[in-house]
Amino acid sequence: MTSATQRPTPVAATPGPRPAAPRPKPAPPTGTPVRVTGAQSLVRSLEAVGVEVVFGIPGGTILPAYDPLLDSTKVRHILVRHEQGAGHAATGYAQATGKVGVCMATSGPGATNLVTPLADANMDSVPVVAITGQQSRALIGTDAFQEADICGITLPVTKHNFLIKDPAEIPRAIAEAFHIASTGRPGPVLVDIPKDVLQETTSFSWPPEMRLPGYKPTTRPHGKQVREAAKLIANAKRPLFYVGGGVLKAEASPELRELAELTGIPVVTTLMAKGAFPDSHHQHLGMPGMHGSVAAVAAMQRADLLIALGARFDDRVTGQLSTFAPDAQIVHADIDPAEISKNRRADVPIVGDCKEIIAELIAAVRAELADGKQADLTKWWQQLDEWQTKFPLGYDEPSDGSLSPQYVIERIGQIAGPDAVYTAGVGQHQMWAAQFIKYENPATWLNSGGLGTMGYAVPAAMGAKFGQPDKVVWAIDGDGCFQMTNQELATCAIEGAPIKVAVINNGNLGMVRQWQNLFYSERYSQTDLGTHKHRIPDFTLLAEALGCAGLRCESKEDVDKVIQRAMEINDRPVVIDFVVGKDAQVWPMVAAGTGNDEIMAARGIRPLFDED
Amino acid sequence: MSTHTLSVLVENKPGVLARVAGLFSRRGFNIESLAVGPTEHADVSRMTIVVAVDELPLEQVTKQLNKLVNVIKIVELDPAVSVQRELLLVKVRADATVRTQVLETVQLFRAKVVDVSPEALTVEATGTEDKLEALLRMLEPYGVREMVQSGRVAIGRGPRSITATGVR
Repeated sequence: MTSATQRPTPVAATPGPRPAAPRPKPAPPTGTPVRVTGAQSLVRSLEAVGVEVVFGIPGGTILPAYDPLLDSTKVRHILVRHEQGAGHAATGYAQATGKVGVCMATSGPGATNLVTPLADANMDSVPVVAITGQQSRALIGTDAFQEADICGITLPVTKHNFLIKDPAEIPRAIAEAFHIASTGRPGPVLVDIPKDVLQETTSFSWPPEMRLPGYKPTTRPHGKQVREAAKLIANAKRPLFYVGGGVLKAEASPELRELAELTGIPVVTTLMAKGAFPDSHHQHLGMPGMHGSVAAVAAMQRADLLIALGARFDDRVTGQLSTFAPDAQIVHADIDPAEISKNRRADVPIVGDCKEIIAELIAAVRAELADGKQADLTKWWQQLDEWQTKFPLGYDEPSDGSLSPQYVIERIGQIAGPDAVYTAGVGQHQMWAAQFIKYENPATWLNSGGLGTMGYAVPAAMGAKFGQPDKVVWAIDGDGCFQMTNQELATCAIEGAPIKVAVINNGNLGMVRQWQNLFYSERYSQTDLGTHKHRIPDFTLLAEALGCAGLRCESKEDVDKVIQRAMEINDRPVVIDFVVGKDAQVWPMVAAGTGNDEIMAARGIRPLFDED
Repeated sequence: MSTHTLSVLVENKPGVLARVAGLFSRRGFNIESLAVGPTEHADVSRMTIVVAVDELPLEQVTKQLNKLVNVIKIVELDPAVSVQRELLLVKVRADATVRTQVLETVQLFRAKVVDVSPEALTVEATGTEDKLEALLRMLEPYGVREMVQSGRVAIGRGPRSITATGVR
């Protein structure tokens, strides 16, 4: 354990709105047009929609917008170190608060650096608005300096985007962008504004009239479909709630719990839904999918009814689609009609907001139960209990005496507790963090599920900390992921976001190495990062250089001590270099391209395959 | 696979065609023909898209199209209860020796000649895909020098209008 040297913290450690400064101009009464520049119109619009934090970096074309931003007492701008960090921070902020996350960048490379986080937010349905500068209108299409067709580039990875050609359109475009991002199935929206549009004089009035004739998301479910689903729920002998991230987006956890307890039906929560239903609940079977628990995967395969709530039958959950849940009828509830029957045909489709759907399901199921219709689930639970007892989640201590990564992650979860917010990168550490930290509350587990973006953890934790300054925020990261985005620790240190980063350092791109071990004859091509062999970089020194406390832990005895030490440091971010063994693997596993029936509880152990 | 004709009402804004075309290509759907033009509402354009897909992927096509913010309405037009037309302009070799025969074919298909020169005629024809194919087959022996064909446009039969509701 390396103790960090104390150093003065550049600014107050508690994040929050900037201290109030005298406001240059009082806000005009609502609806009265005033003469402003496009840039002022933008900042006023952001204030009007309730933006508190913007993550971004200025540059040539967005410069005009940064001038009035300096005067805003409502909007705090966090100067990040890379636009990708701004995008993931906005996503982390949105996932931790339920509000729209906002990021800002200049044209060209600034904007293209946002593409990865926008694609990430699009896959995970996170409400984010990105504002980018663009070359002046006369220069668009001429390959001007720092020109990129960012609307064209982000078209497939955003829910919608706008190129504003008239400064008078700014308030409406901003209002529409926030409306589109946060309603229906949430997602990222990009607003591209040419420099001269920001500079031109225009009039500003609020609220603007939104004109979205083609955008009418359905939130109220169809009563007949709900009753149909309730009938199936009451009669099924082996039913299962398959809960996805949509339940978290709809803030429907209380309703879900009520419905689950009303029916006694088991629950699985996907990687995107961890925290939607308490992990400690006796009806919770864990996470389904490629690295899900045996009980969760087996329950899906043997169920006669899957009630999918805000889930999208992703390939990581279904495995080989043709052999997925072969006996199950499907009730599929989702706010996005295009998800229904996209991968698996639904017998009862329900389009709507999960909160409303589940509330109506509760009433409809109650009516069924009042009629004395309730299937006996005793036999089903016997089977589920058997799987749970026989194949619990677990891990072996490494035989070479090295530190077990699963143990480290498990202890962080136990010490920081269910009130902390956890983020993860992508790979083995992400799966272990999903498996071995117990999530009891919504919005406490943030990760990149759909796109699988390495480097997500640190900037997302930063965003979460600005959104939830009173919560302890842990980034569970890998040594590969950490090296992609750790520069944002400088932002955290300077802007006052004392997050805690656990680098699960196995010296390798661990998940890739695991696949090479299992499927490529142990030929380890390009997965050794040298962070063990050469200790390059030395993560504690790197942490110190970035204004953080740097700690190291190499043995099991020190794990608790170091985590406790990190919990005590709140005046700056903390990075712990957990030097763990490289051979630990993520189990259970459904190998890519195979069916869920072939789930391996551990290497060579196939519970479902062997049962018949 | 079967062919479906979709009438898609969209906001008349820059970039909407790119959004629709991009959606088809990235989701792996094949556009057989595409025609875009104005409607009786200045702020609404109409695309007629012909796709060859099975029933289930078609459901995905329309659902994904509906998710585009600028798409207002989608209606599938059944050929049995709609009028579907394409426009063909074809330049066919027709010197004095064969001109009468070519003109006879043109008349049979109720097509018309829109340009004449000593060696060639330019013929304009509208009709269904089948009719235009048949006309081309008849003209080919004389020598087709150049041709251009529009995407399909279609409108439902009867008094009902798909633009009457839901476009504002």
